[in-house]
Amino acid sequence: MAQVFVCNELEMKDGDVRIVRQDRIEVGVYRHAGAYYAYRNHCAHQGGPACEGIVRNKVIDLLGPDKSFLGQTYDDNEPHIVCPWHGWEYKLTTGECAPDPKLRLRRHEVVKREGGVYVVI
Amino acid sequence: MNVMTPIVRDPAAEKFDTKRLLEHAEQQAADRRYEDFMIVDVDSHHYETGSYKDIFQYIEDPIIRDQFVHTKGQTLMLRSTGGFQEMAGRITRYEHRGAEPVPGAARHRDIVVTLKWMDALGVDVACLFPTPMLGLGLNPIIEVEAQYARAYNRWLTEHILAEEPRIVSMLYLPMNDPVAALKMVEDFSGRQGVVGFLVTTVRYKPLHDNAYMKLYRALEERGLPLAFHAATNWGDQSMHITNRFIASHALGFTWFNIVHMTNWVVNGIPERFPGLKSVWIESGLAWVPFLMQRLDNEYMMRSSEAPSLKRKPSDYMREMFYTSQPMEMIGNRTMLEETFKMINAETQLVYASDYPHWDMDLPSTIYDLPFLDLQAKKNILGENARKLFKLDTILSPEKKARLKERAAAVA
Repeated sequence: MAQVFVCNELEMKDGDVRIVRQDRIEVGVYRHAGAYYAYRNHCAHQGGPACEGIVRNKVIDLLGPDKSFLGQTYDDNEPHIVCPWHGWEYKLTTGECAPDPKLRLRRHEVVKREGGVYVVI
Repeated sequence: MNVMTPIVRDPAAEKFDTKRLLEHAEQQAADRRYEDFMIVDVDSHHYETGSYKDIFQYIEDPIIRDQFVHTKGQTLMLRSTGGFQEMAGRITRYEHRGAEPVPGAARHRDIVVTLKWMDALGVDVACLFPTPMLGLGLNPIIEVEAQYARAYNRWLTEHILAEEPRIVSMLYLPMNDPVAALKMVEDFSGRQGVVGFLVTTVRYKPLHDNAYMKLYRALEERGLPLAFHAATNWGDQSMHITNRFIASHALGFTWFNIVHMTNWVVNGIPERFPGLKSVWIESGLAWVPFLMQRLDNEYMMRSSEAPSLKRKPSDYMREMFYTSQPMEMIGNRTMLEETFKMINAETQLVYASDYPHWDMDLPSTIYDLPFLDLQAKKNILGENARKLFKLDTILSPEKKARLKERAAAVA
């Protein structure tokens, strides 16, 4: 295992992504709400570059007290990583596949030290 | 712990590039040594919308041509099979593909882009189909379907198929005009890259109508397959009661092939034209065992209603060809394996990517199946289609280069 330099802390703001490649391993490093998350850039579906797509919040149905459908909205507390090949979605803060938590993006540890952001590969 | 300096990219700052998007597919192709065999993709697409101006010039009827020019193609789309393919921006290639720089102005953009994704996937020959035209069978103006289909086929054969031997097609038939459909076969058979003809199955004229018998005979005589490409129609009365695209798509893309397959079989078309090969495209696979069981069960009770049949419906269906995409790979591999057995996949299944559409499948969806031996994988990925289309065995220049590299490494 090695700590791989991603960037200086000031370089990434919330919502930013960096793809780090070390030999054959690619990792997507995310900054979200001041924290860093890193996942293998490999979709559990067909191996697509999951971390190179968009991040979009979870969509939820809005139901009334009588369970009638009122519409849809985004859950701002649950951003999803969306694989650009087919749209498979993963929870940004855990890497779990949104519709099936048995599947996930492989997580990598992120280390902050001396003003730099590193990912453990 | 070591501190290393890797390659770091910001994907948001990069321009869309098919090769970059499909880098992982290219890695799969190299890892699995696809250069060892030919891969034929029986269902892929381009967006003919980008060539509308050129295609419109091929419309022979001056009135319809002017309609197309002034509506900028909307004449085609009076009723459409469209939907939310791009998933509100989630499938990024929809939004960005138009801006992709394409070097080599000497070749048509669609050829350059098609070869780019083919090389990434490891595909040697691709059967290319249009996209919005999948809904042209819904057009209430029969002459529009016939005129536009002929214009598109002329444009495709002259500007794409004649220019690139790795791209072939099964040409669109304007089935709402059986005479024009027959003329299409007579006029376009034998042109470079024409490996069969295509029925888009979102349509409401039954395909067992007597008006089509000359067409089927013409195809049978020429040894050309007839393909049935599914789509959905959200405006269909039954689809109209679905409120999510996932529902219309999941049902519609199987439903229209189920309906036409059922009519095809119970009306005895396979008995009437035993030499006519049919290919059922883009309905996945799970519907085939369902329909085989359903029709066999009813046929044993009601054979008097299908007297042309000499065997059970499933016996005919087992002799037809099916494209693999979108293959139902979720959760139950036993069912998938049984499905492969029921359709004689080793000889009747042909790989399809459907690239660049949202539910595309890579060759690895077939190659990685643990219940297939290597020969079965090669058959499904290429050999079955090569025989069906009577193609020579060819490998892409990229694959030839990889073979050369391997040979050099051994030496």
